[in-house]
Amino acid sequence: MEYIAIAFGAIFVNNVVLKQFYGLCPFLGVSTKKSSALSMGMAVTFVITLSTMIAHLLYTQVLVPNDITYLSTIVFILVIASFVQLVEMIIKKFSATVYSALGVYLPLITTNCAVLGVAIDITVNSQNKLGTAVPTFGQVTIYALGISLGYALVIFLFSAIREEMEAYPIKRNYQGIPIALITAFIMAMIFVGFGGIV
Amino acid sequence: MARKPKTLKAVFTTGFIKQNPVFVQFLGMCPTLAVTGSVESALGMGAGVIFVLVLSNLFISLIRNFVPREVRIPIYIVIIASLVTILEMYMNAFQPDLAKSLGTFLSLIVVNCLILGRAEAFASKNGPIKSMADGLGMALGFTGGIVLIAFFRELLGSGSITIWKDLAFTFIPEVYRISILVAPAGAFLVFGILVAQINKLKFKREERNEVA
Repeated sequence: MEYIAIAFGAIFVNNVVLKQFYGLCPFLGVSTKKSSALSMGMAVTFVITLSTMIAHLLYTQVLVPNDITYLSTIVFILVIASFVQLVEMIIKKFSATVYSALGVYLPLITTNCAVLGVAIDITVNSQNKLGTAVPTFGQVTIYALGISLGYALVIFLFSAIREEMEAYPIKRNYQGIPIALITAFIMAMIFVGFGGIV
Repeated sequence: MARKPKTLKAVFTTGFIKQNPVFVQFLGMCPTLAVTGSVESALGMGAGVIFVLVLSNLFISLIRNFVPREVRIPIYIVIIASLVTILEMYMNAFQPDLAKSLGTFLSLIVVNCLILGRAEAFASKNGPIKSMADGLGMALGFTGGIVLIAFFRELLGSGSITIWKDLAFTFIPEVYRISILVAPAGAFLVFGILVAQINKLKFKREERNEVA
C-alpha cells in the first residue's frame, strides 16, 4: 500500500514536469512529434531509475559514513554523466534498433535536470519529498520509477496535443514556445486535481 | 558567417536584450519557472547564477588552451559543479532561508544549460576578460528575465512584492489576488504570455525596419 501511494504521488501528484519543473528543455524541445517523445520518455525512464538507485547506494554507503555529504552534487553529476556514457556504449554494442531509437536522446539526458534533481531529492532533500529522512532502497526505486513514468506520460500526452495543434491557426506571436507553455499550463491545472486523491 | 571581433561593451550587453537567455534563447528554463514565485527567490537565484557563470567563464577561458577537445565537457562540468558546491555551502551557512526556498534548484545550477552553453559557445574561444564580461552580461540578462516573471507572478498572485526579507510592499487586497499564478501551474501561463508579448514587440520592430 505504501509503495502504491509513493508511486501514485510520484506519477501524478508531484509530476516531475508540471509540478516540480524538472527537465523542461527536452519537454519543450523534443515534444513536437509523438515518436520522438516516446523515445525520449523511454530513455529518461531507463536512466533516471538506474542512476537514482546508484545515487542512493553511493549516498548511504559512501557519502554518509565518511561524512562528506557536502560533495553530493559533484559526485552525483559525475556519476550520472559517466553512467549515461556507459549506457550509450552498451546500447550501441548490443542493439542497433534500440540505439537508433534512443541514441540521439541519451547525451541530452546528462543535462536533463530531472536526473540530478531526483538524485538530490531522494538523498539530501528526502525529508521534503518522501517524508522520511532515510528512505529505504525499495522506496527510492519505486519513487524514481514513478517520477520517470510520470515524465514519459506527460511528454507523450503533450506531444500528442502539439501534433494536433499544428492544424489550427495560431496568432504569430503565440506560435512555438508561448502556445506550448500555455498548453502546459492547462495540463498542469488538470494535474493539480490529482492532489485531492492522495 | 564571418563576424568582426566584438568590442568588450558589445560582448557585455548582448545578454541584456538581443540574446536574452530567458526570453530569446530559452536557456535554463527549469529555474526560470521554479523560482519565480517570489521576487526574493528570483533575486537569490540570479545572484547565484551571476557568481557561478562569471567564475566558470573565467576559469574555463584560462584553461581553454590546455584542455583536449574530447574531454572538455566533463572538465567543464567538474569546474561548474565545484563552483556550485561552494555556492551551496555559502548559502546554507549564511542564507539558510534563501537556500531553503531555492531547494534543489540551488544544486541544479550545475545542469543549467545557460552555464554550460556559455562555456562551450564563448569562454572556450575567448580570452578571460571578455569571457567574464560575457558571463556577467548573460547572468544579468538571466536575472532580469526571471525577476520580470517573478514580479508579475508575485504582484498578481500574492498581491505583494518582497525584495529582501522584511522589505515587502503590499499592493493588492486579498480578494482580488489570482492565487493560481503563484502555484506551479501559473508559472507556465505567465511565462507563455510574456514571451508572446515580447515576440509581438520583436515582430513590430522587424516590420518597421523592413519599411524603413
